[in-house]
Amino acid sequence: MDHKDKHLFDNPQNVKRILRILYLICALLFAMDFILPRHTTHSWENLWGFYAIYGFVGCVLLVLIAKWMRKFLMRPENYYDSHELQGIESDNNVDA
Amino acid sequence: MWMLELPPFVPFYVGALLALITRGSLRSLLMIAVPILGVIQLWTVPEGVHLRLAFLDFELIPYRADKLSFMFGYVFHIAAFISIIYALHVRDTVEKIAGMLYVGSALGAVFAGDLLTLFVFWELLAFSSVFLIWTRRTPRAYVAGMRYLVIQALSGVILLVGALFYADHNGTLAFEQIGLNGIHGWLIFIAVGIKCAFPMLHNWLTDAYPEATPTGTVFLSAFTTKVAVYMLARAYPGTELLVYIGAAMTCFPIFFAVIENDLRRVLAYSMINQIGFMVCGIGIGTALAINGAVSHAFNDIIFKGLLFMSMGAVLHMSGRINGSDLGGLYKSMPKTTALCIVGAASISAFPLFSGFVSKSMIMSAALENGYDWIWLVLLFASAGVFHHAGIKIPYFAFFAHDAGIRTSDPPKNMLTAMFIAAVLCVTIGVYPAVLYALLPFDTGYIPYDATHVLAQTQLLFFAALAFAWLNLQRLYPPELHSVNLDVDWLYRRAVPTTLRACFGFVRNSKITLQQFLRGNLDKFLLSASRHEAANWMLRPGLTGSMVMWVVVSLAVCLLLGFV
Repeated sequence: MDHKDKHLFDNPQNVKRILRILYLICALLFAMDFILPRHTTHSWENLWGFYAIYGFVGCVLLVLIAKWMRKFLMRPENYYDSHELQGIESDNNVDA
Repeated sequence: MWMLELPPFVPFYVGALLALITRGSLRSLLMIAVPILGVIQLWTVPEGVHLRLAFLDFELIPYRADKLSFMFGYVFHIAAFISIIYALHVRDTVEKIAGMLYVGSALGAVFAGDLLTLFVFWELLAFSSVFLIWTRRTPRAYVAGMRYLVIQALSGVILLVGALFYADHNGTLAFEQIGLNGIHGWLIFIAVGIKCAFPMLHNWLTDAYPEATPTGTVFLSAFTTKVAVYMLARAYPGTELLVYIGAAMTCFPIFFAVIENDLRRVLAYSMINQIGFMVCGIGIGTALAINGAVSHAFNDIIFKGLLFMSMGAVLHMSGRINGSDLGGLYKSMPKTTALCIVGAASISAFPLFSGFVSKSMIMSAALENGYDWIWLVLLFASAGVFHHAGIKIPYFAFFAHDAGIRTSDPPKNMLTAMFIAAVLCVTIGVYPAVLYALLPFDTGYIPYDATHVLAQTQLLFFAALAFAWLNLQRLYPPELHSVNLDVDWLYRRAVPTTLRACFGFVRNSKITLQQFLRGNLDKFLLSASRHEAANWMLRPGLTGSMVMWVVVSLAVCLLLGFV
């Protein structure tokens, strides 16, 4: 019942549009720092674009570190199952 | 009015009984009626102690109500109402009963005025909730449920021992502020810490919740950890250690959430992150911080429930929950997609959604009280939570590449439950006064000032920009079929493997030693009979040491026999 290109994001143009809107909003928000009079409690908050840069850099670091963690944390999907489910699987199949 | 005397857990326990003896639409009707009647009754109850009992030399207070317990009492009723509607299509009687008993036990715990009553409900929470996991009826759910039960029961035992020390120290069992003084303070702290998923003690949550039934996880997400948060707020406000524990809790799970494939497990990690904010607020301990922690618990129950419901709907309809197997579901589940996005916006604390009006209190309190570095950590965690719960969950389930799944939105009851939760998220976000009216302290906090709204919006949009950029650069880690090692590796792999090796070694040694002894004993007896004439063996010293060695070897055999 679903035809190709029927849905919103089947058209790559729409994805591009969304991204452009995102860029525009980000630019506007960054500019607001210079326009809006702000009252701040902490000296770091006075830096222009503090929250924007912190959010961007924080997330990039988060993802890159997490990706690096995969090197020593990632195991095959049945890593635990092979030990833990010995003997249980057959019982359960009988129930099912 | 006898109604006043009725503790809030009673309607739910009666509901469990009714679930056992009724079926079909009558049962559905009764199940829905329980939380509604319960909350109406709770509304009429004034603050104060409503039930006292004498037990040995102690006074038990099974029903004590104040602002803090009311706050949790109300949200538990809301969560129960939503979860029950969400689970209306389920016919499994065991699950129905377990759900009702579980909610009742949580209510019993937050209205308990003494540690013994608390302990009883604490254990009942564990024993009722484990059935929500087991009713999934998969081998994995069975073993995960076992581990969950052991850890939860252990937490209860520690609580009991702590309570006994507390009674010995203070001469009363009354549950008030405890603080980290003496052994009782620490024991109760650890017991609560287990249920609260403190770092290193957190794996029961990420292990068991994703293995429960789609409906069971929605129940589970609301109660156990929030009872623990309630206990911390009552017993340990202003304990500085909690600030650091909370900050750690906000941070480390987000790394695991980014690389986790099971989307319900991503939510479980994100739950620890959210509880971290609450724990941090309780640690700061000012009126604003406690308000923030408690209101964040209130909101988290609703938006985390909404997210678990949307993922439960995906699992229920498509049979899949791994990010690597999903994608493109917005085409066939548009309503679920929209509701999930509301939950995602709320947990990310977008202005006009519920997370914003509660989390901002904790952040402001951290800054006001000079916890600069902690504030930076919380800010990083705020951006991070948007990244994994706000974007990753909806993106990999509903958008990303089309996995070719063609299904439909879930049954009406599931949609209704999600819709109610979404409406609450937006209502609290737009009109926070409804929530603030319930808070234990009056701080006159105003979440919506221009600076703050701008700061939060910037943080979130640039976090979204980071996601877009990483994806376009193909730097974002793909969803892969995998498990990631966490602390549970210690008790799921390291300890069992080591113990197995040790037992194997002991068993082999025993066999070798037995063979050796048996062989030599024969030879020895033979030679003894041969050399009887020589008489050298009958010297007293030798006989004495012989007896000793026989005793030693018998003792060794006995010891090995036990192994």
